[in-house]
Amino acid sequence: MKEKTKKRNILFTILFGGLSIAWLYPIYLVVINSFKKKAYINEKPFQIPTGKMFVGLSNYLNGIAKTGFFKAFGWTLFITICSVAVIILCTSMCAWYLGRVHNKVTKTIYALCLFSMIVPFQMVMFPLSKIANQLRLNTPWGLIIIYLGFGAGLAIFMFSGFIKSIPLEIEEAAMIDGCSPIQTFFLVVFPILKPTAITIAILETMWIWNDYLLPYLVLDINKYKTISIAVQYLRGGYGSIDMGAMMGVLVLAIIPIILFYLFCQKYIIEGVVAGAVKG
Amino acid sequence: MEKAIKRYFPIFVLPTFLAFIIGFIAPFAEGIWLSFCDFTTINDAKWVGLANYIKIMADDTFGHAFRFTTLFTIVTVILINLLAFALALALTKKFKGTNLFRTVFFMPNLIGGIILGYIWNLLLNGVLLAFKKTLTYSSVYGFVGLVILMLWQQIGYMMIIYIAGIQNIPTDLIEAAKIDGANNKQILKNITIPMIMPSITICTFLTLTNGFKLFDQNLALTNGEPSHMSEMLALNIYNTFYGRTGWEGAGQAKAVVFFILVAVIALIQNRLTSRKEIQA
Repeated sequence: MKEKTKKRNILFTILFGGLSIAWLYPIYLVVINSFKKKAYINEKPFQIPTGKMFVGLSNYLNGIAKTGFFKAFGWTLFITICSVAVIILCTSMCAWYLGRVHNKVTKTIYALCLFSMIVPFQMVMFPLSKIANQLRLNTPWGLIIIYLGFGAGLAIFMFSGFIKSIPLEIEEAAMIDGCSPIQTFFLVVFPILKPTAITIAILETMWIWNDYLLPYLVLDINKYKTISIAVQYLRGGYGSIDMGAMMGVLVLAIIPIILFYLFCQKYIIEGVVAGAVKG
Repeated sequence: MEKAIKRYFPIFVLPTFLAFIIGFIAPFAEGIWLSFCDFTTINDAKWVGLANYIKIMADDTFGHAFRFTTLFTIVTVILINLLAFALALALTKKFKGTNLFRTVFFMPNLIGGIILGYIWNLLLNGVLLAFKKTLTYSSVYGFVGLVILMLWQQIGYMMIIYIAGIQNIPTDLIEAAKIDGANNKQILKNITIPMIMPSITICTFLTLTNGFKLFDQNLALTNGEPSHMSEMLALNIYNTFYGRTGWEGAGQAKAVVFFILVAVIALIQNRLTSRKEIQA
């Protein structure tokens, strides 16, 4: 019996090892094609670039020049970090207030937040891009405000779920000891909220970093691009794609994601599970 | 305490609330209103009643996109959940490498939809090259391509949720069943599946809305070609707004219909599954 399970386990390891390699194959394919001469990418996509097919880093240089990749990377980083920080700070404060003060106004705001979670982006897409233009929010700084507004629903919902479980006595004790509500929030409540804040930060980071349509419609594309916009930009006017530059940019776009994943894997997976259970 | 906090509305709530008005409430209200208007920019909107809704009923691309999206969603919900659950069952057994395999399967989920679309564009067009076809040759290829892409992206995510569900089952429950002589099939059917009903709820809901709202991957992989035949609802709405002049009102009406569909799905799903959980 034991011998049998041992054999089965080795078989499983081999089976899933093979499956994992197959799972990573699409990325491997993009990497090898990023070193291939443009004309050969469409003709011989599965061959390793050798001899006259190999072009060194020229696809990368071409892609970076065509898309302004590093600038796009910088803006994506800026928008993601600032938006997530602002969302965490503002929505945690808002959720605490909504959880502690009970009247018609707070109930209405909370209900609207829940409602916003089921509204697809296409519903608000056109008016939102016009409003953003009129209010001159078509810059990365303005985009942060829009992300706060559009991302508030989920964040407030998740914070509220957690805030309900915090015993009121802790906060009352702090207030009796002379803390103002602001001090109470930042010294007592916010530290307790930290695990939920990490979960929300991870979910929002995954969304904002990869988001395409919202920044594309809101930002002034001539001045600011994000990575997703830069990649899509390589598809020319009539569907013709410069595959060489595309492969280079794809690899450059994937590298930071994989690095981030390797360093924060534990938090990401915990965040996904916690977020799924609450969401 | 409530009284003391109450005065702090401008500090605690107002920033978020203002952004919420700009980012959601105002565009949502304006969107409803504009769906009854004829306009090219917002400032020249003229009330036309239900004309936009009548117009979209006669639009074949919308009906086609609806059927395409529905079929796509049904296929992906079933395949993703079955495969993710099977992977989760296997990877909660004790053998070497389970952690590494989980890491690998989850990874594609972090890559953005646009980038995923172009990765699979390369791979699938490469495979189809052997048959002298491309992804945009017919909508069937586009459909299958999108399904494969979605499986690759989402199986890992759902697998993680199922694994968490399986690990939450108390081990003594399974041991007791084994002592009573239950075989693996019976344990799966009578213990594992009922106990992970919450995970099934979440994953079905997530895959359902993800399928229905899919946009980036559709745009990058086929861009709706050939001639709108692989276009899903979200992309169809986008193309109605930005690809056809004079159709802005119709685009907004489509968006309202789309919103109602997504909302109804969310509500039905919520009703159905919360009932099942109580039974379990």
